[in-house]
Amino acid sequence: MTFQTTPQLAIVEEGIPNARERRRNQRTIRVRGTRPGFWVYAGLAVVIVSAIFPYYWSFLIGSGDASTINDADMSWLPGGNFIANAITVMNNPAVNFWPALWNSIFSSTVIAASVVVFSTLAGWAFAKLRFRGSKALLVFVVATLAVPTQLGVVPLYILFADLGWTGQIGAIIVPALTSAFGVFWMTQYLSQTVPDELIEAARVDGASMLRTFWTVGVVAARPAAAMLFLFTFVGAWNQFFWPFIVLDRQSPTLPVALSLLQSNYFVDYSIVLAGVLLATIPLLILFAFAGKQLVSGIMAGAVKG
Amino acid sequence: MSFSSKLSRWDLKVSPYLYISPFFILFVIVGLFPIAYTAVISFQEWDLVRNTGTFVGLDQYIWILSQEQFWVALRNTFSIFVLSSVPQIILALFIAAMLDRNIRAKTFWRMSVLLPFVMAPVAVALIFSNLFGDNHGLVNTVLTDIGLPAIPWHQDPFWSHIAIATMVNFRWTGYNALILLAAMQAVPREYYEASMIDGANAFRQFWSITLPSLRPTLIFVIITSTIGGLQIFDEPRMYDQNGNGGADQQWLTITLYLYKIGWGEFNFGRAAALAWILFLIIMVIGLINLAITRRLVRDEGGRGVVRARRRRKGVEQ
Repeated sequence: MTFQTTPQLAIVEEGIPNARERRRNQRTIRVRGTRPGFWVYAGLAVVIVSAIFPYYWSFLIGSGDASTINDADMSWLPGGNFIANAITVMNNPAVNFWPALWNSIFSSTVIAASVVVFSTLAGWAFAKLRFRGSKALLVFVVATLAVPTQLGVVPLYILFADLGWTGQIGAIIVPALTSAFGVFWMTQYLSQTVPDELIEAARVDGASMLRTFWTVGVVAARPAAAMLFLFTFVGAWNQFFWPFIVLDRQSPTLPVALSLLQSNYFVDYSIVLAGVLLATIPLLILFAFAGKQLVSGIMAGAVKG
Repeated sequence: MSFSSKLSRWDLKVSPYLYISPFFILFVIVGLFPIAYTAVISFQEWDLVRNTGTFVGLDQYIWILSQEQFWVALRNTFSIFVLSSVPQIILALFIAAMLDRNIRAKTFWRMSVLLPFVMAPVAVALIFSNLFGDNHGLVNTVLTDIGLPAIPWHQDPFWSHIAIATMVNFRWTGYNALILLAAMQAVPREYYEASMIDGANAFRQFWSITLPSLRPTLIFVIITSTIGGLQIFDEPRMYDQNGNGGADQQWLTITLYLYKIGWGEFNFGRAAALAWILFLIIMVIGLINLAITRRLVRDEGGRGVVRARRRRKGVEQ
């Protein structure tokens, strides 16, 4: 790692006309010609260990028994009780694990799908169609992003109690069917990816608005729609405050069920943490398949937002 | 022909409204109406049996503001918010700077950093409540093993805030690091070249080029974490078995207090007033942040580097 020589080297190489090479060289200058040293990997390793540790800890405790946690000479290797503890969680009548799992899958899927459909429609109109009041409406939608969810819960509860919806899964689906963030997200994406000429061309060819939307808009929106689906799904899955208020223990979602696990007078952490892991597994599976999309979604949103 | 062109013009005019209306109709019913109606309820004494309210003016607001618990909750909320957002953003900056290096297996590192984000806050809270257990928690066990005194993670307000802030930091640091990483990669590489030739070292580059370019993104991250952080509920609710914010309200937050009034005491008028107070607090802090953003937004796109230098020179002169 000699700091003085590498910039010179890179400047000499600047003469190469190939654009890709040039880009690489710019990058090379940036990192002073070498892969980063050991300490960067060491730093990142620390970060990753702390990211994984709570998962490992819940597996460690969740695979032991009630006394593991109090054991002074606790082993750092998992015990063999995870399956047994998981079954205890599933059969615990206070928790209703299977209805909770189904409620979480069902509500998150419906919410994510609905947000994607409504946001794509509205985002297309805001990004690519001209109509009276579009600017003001969009600003208004974005402004509501700052409104806390708490602000609406009292009337929503009164409304749903009146309709007899408390305890019903519909009570957590309906308020989440639309998302101001989703509209903002799709508008940003579509206005940057779809050239106006493409729409004009479609119009000149005699395509109706709906046909233009379907053949140009929907096709272009797909990557952003997939990311929006993922984020909405994860968000809906992890939602706690409102489901906790409006649902009951007969038919909870997974986070509500988890909160019930701990509220017993005696807390057996091997059961609680087995339950925590059990409830997280579906999202870990999702992460294994779509983690890359989540990463690029966050990074794309940052640049545009 | 004339009919079809008429139809086409009608199509052009009406379609945009057709596309936005499903969103707006639902949005008004489930998003805007409840917000407006919360304001109405906050001026009433709500009768649960008859399901109507009687107008009481500002009584509910006065009641809330006269409660000692409210001020304790406000202080706790701010304390947890500061303890979670400040270290989180500094850490996220460091992580982003490391990820911005020319490392191998980029996708692997980026995904790993995001791993905590998929875990539900409730789950995170349960794991960390266990780690921060007063008697047999891992943190205290390690502390006493190396000869330090055990920390009263639940009795002491400050330490309970640290524990709760740690849960928030665990889940969000990597997420924010990725946002900052994206902004770092948008900084034109020529700046680094130029500073290299000028003989700037890595620290100097980070301080004079990277940080000024990141300002708009940093403000964005700060605003979103303000809105989210001041609403914190899941983590303090799950910090012990009772979920009341501790015996002496050590970690009672505004939203926890709102839940207590609304669904512990079933006083919807007071809960609605508290919801509006929380909203106003978030608005005020959001506006302060916005004012800062406005002032700094001129720095976007690299001119900030020049401006920052000029400013510093001005100070020196």
